[in-house]
Amino acid sequence: MADIEKKQEMNGRRRFLIAATSIAGGIAGVAVATPFMMSMMPSERAKAAGAPVEVDISKVEPGMLLLVEWRGKVVWVLNRTPEMLADLKKLDSQVSDPKSEKDQQPKYAQNETRSIKPAILVVEGVCTHLGCSPVYRKDIAPADLGADWLGGFFCPCHGSKFDLAGRVYKSVPAPTNLVVPPHLYLSDTTLLIGSDRKESA
Amino acid sequence: MSKRLASLVDWIDARFPLTSNWKAHLTEYYAPKNFNFWYYFGSLAMLVLVNQLLTGIFLTMNYKPDASMAFASVEYIMRDVDFGWLIRYMHSTGASMFFVVVYLHMFRGMMYGSYRKPRELLWLIGMGIFFMLMMLAFTGYILPWGQMSYWGAQVIVSMIGAIPVIGETLSNWLLGDFMLSDAALNRFFAYHVVTLPVLLVTLVVVHILALHEVGSSNPDGIEIKKYKDPVTHIPVDGIPFHPYYTVKDIFGVIVFLIVFCAIIFFAPEMGGYFLEYNNFVPANTLQTPDHIAPVWYFTPYYSMLRAVTINFLWIDAKLWGIVLMGGSVAIFALLPWLDRSPVKSIRYKGPIFKFALTLFVISVFVLGYLGTKSPTPLFTTLAQIFTVIYFAFFILMPWYSKIDKTKPEPTRVKE
Repeated sequence: MADIEKKQEMNGRRRFLIAATSIAGGIAGVAVATPFMMSMMPSERAKAAGAPVEVDISKVEPGMLLLVEWRGKVVWVLNRTPEMLADLKKLDSQVSDPKSEKDQQPKYAQNETRSIKPAILVVEGVCTHLGCSPVYRKDIAPADLGADWLGGFFCPCHGSKFDLAGRVYKSVPAPTNLVVPPHLYLSDTTLLIGSDRKESA
Repeated sequence: MSKRLASLVDWIDARFPLTSNWKAHLTEYYAPKNFNFWYYFGSLAMLVLVNQLLTGIFLTMNYKPDASMAFASVEYIMRDVDFGWLIRYMHSTGASMFFVVVYLHMFRGMMYGSYRKPRELLWLIGMGIFFMLMMLAFTGYILPWGQMSYWGAQVIVSMIGAIPVIGETLSNWLLGDFMLSDAALNRFFAYHVVTLPVLLVTLVVVHILALHEVGSSNPDGIEIKKYKDPVTHIPVDGIPFHPYYTVKDIFGVIVFLIVFCAIIFFAPEMGGYFLEYNNFVPANTLQTPDHIAPVWYFTPYYSMLRAVTINFLWIDAKLWGIVLMGGSVAIFALLPWLDRSPVKSIRYKGPIFKFALTLFVISVFVLGYLGTKSPTPLFTTLAQIFTVIYFAFFILMPWYSKIDKTKPEPTRVKE
């Protein structure tokens, strides 16, 4: 009897020791994994690379699209004609967020044209679906996009459509309007993209 | 001489289980004697695996995993390295042929019920191999850093960013940057040449060990282990894998290599399906090509990704697309539990299963075709219809496989 009791006691102690060493080993494993996992986060160099860029927009004619690179992404600067601006209102019923209520732009671009100056649209050329860069299609009613197309951006990857204010159409894969990056005018024709504070220029 | 050899084998056997393993996995591993040509594709997948490992090693000798040098280093392999073109085409054609043989191998399993009890785990390990293969294909396709490499990866990476709450941090962690860049290319190279091949080879070994534990299935769904010779305990409907099936498989290898070489030498790009034309243009981070489509083996899933265009149940269309795409691959893993038919093989299954499987194959082909095309309203509608059919095959299986009219399965292979 005494023997069996002793064995059971040993079993209890063993179980405790096994649990304790397993937990200690597990903690050590997590501790060792941490530096490896952390090494995969963006490096200091990558973090430093996101400086704002200055753009001269004096040569962007009405209807013309300028591509600017900022943080490895493409930013579009589009000079919209008065007709293009007038067409935006007609599309209010066809786009899913006509008043730009979702947080896809700074406060100063939360208006009908989604811009600081009505004519100049500054928007990231990155589809909010899966990151392709949509194509600028200013042609009215082309065969592939249908008779009611008033010009806009069409994503060739998955068929999402945006109007000339970067507002997403209903019933396309992209869920939200195109992102307006932080930006401001340093002068009438110089744009700073990537920051909306003058001192960072 | 043979006496010396025998004594060498004895010497090894005393120190390592050589002869016993040779017997267990080759000369005394009994496979059903009624295999047909559908049973070639497992061994062919092994052949392609060896091809990928070998050619891959030689490609790394000249490839540079650096965003500014990668594209040029691939061109260098193609133009200046002696036989570099051959080694690269063997690797790129091998990638597509890997999927050809694995898809046929999986289809064989679906036809003959190879996933049914007691082979559920074997099937799940196979699904693991399939997943590794897709990861390898994805990471490998990024390496040339052409337009399709870049934008294809962009689409996949954005999917990770779409995961609620943790998506953005996870994507930064995976990419090592705030966007797809050199950091990502460098680490995807590490995954492609070290992490994933090691995992793949391990899983293949585990797959074969599991197979040799439960024994091979066959077109009649017979469990050969149930009828053993009373004296020798050898399955009466089995034959030793070596030499019978090694010789058979060598014939398959020869036919396969004829096709493989024909592609390498006459159509390595396969009309843009194996190597896409846009990938002969260096990556341009400012412009997506006018038409982007994944390589053929991913197009059915890609079709389903973009088929969802409406928000549903608080989840937006984008996330649904991603869920459907992931689900369309993962759902294969449930087959052993979805199939409630009393018989394994299509030979004894009823008309409903045959109809369902035919419809499923058609939907895979249609979705695959649509995935290579630009999305138009008609194509999107078609993709939606066939996505429903694709999933219906799996989801309705517990019901239709149960009510289907089956024929009794034989217990012995017919002479």
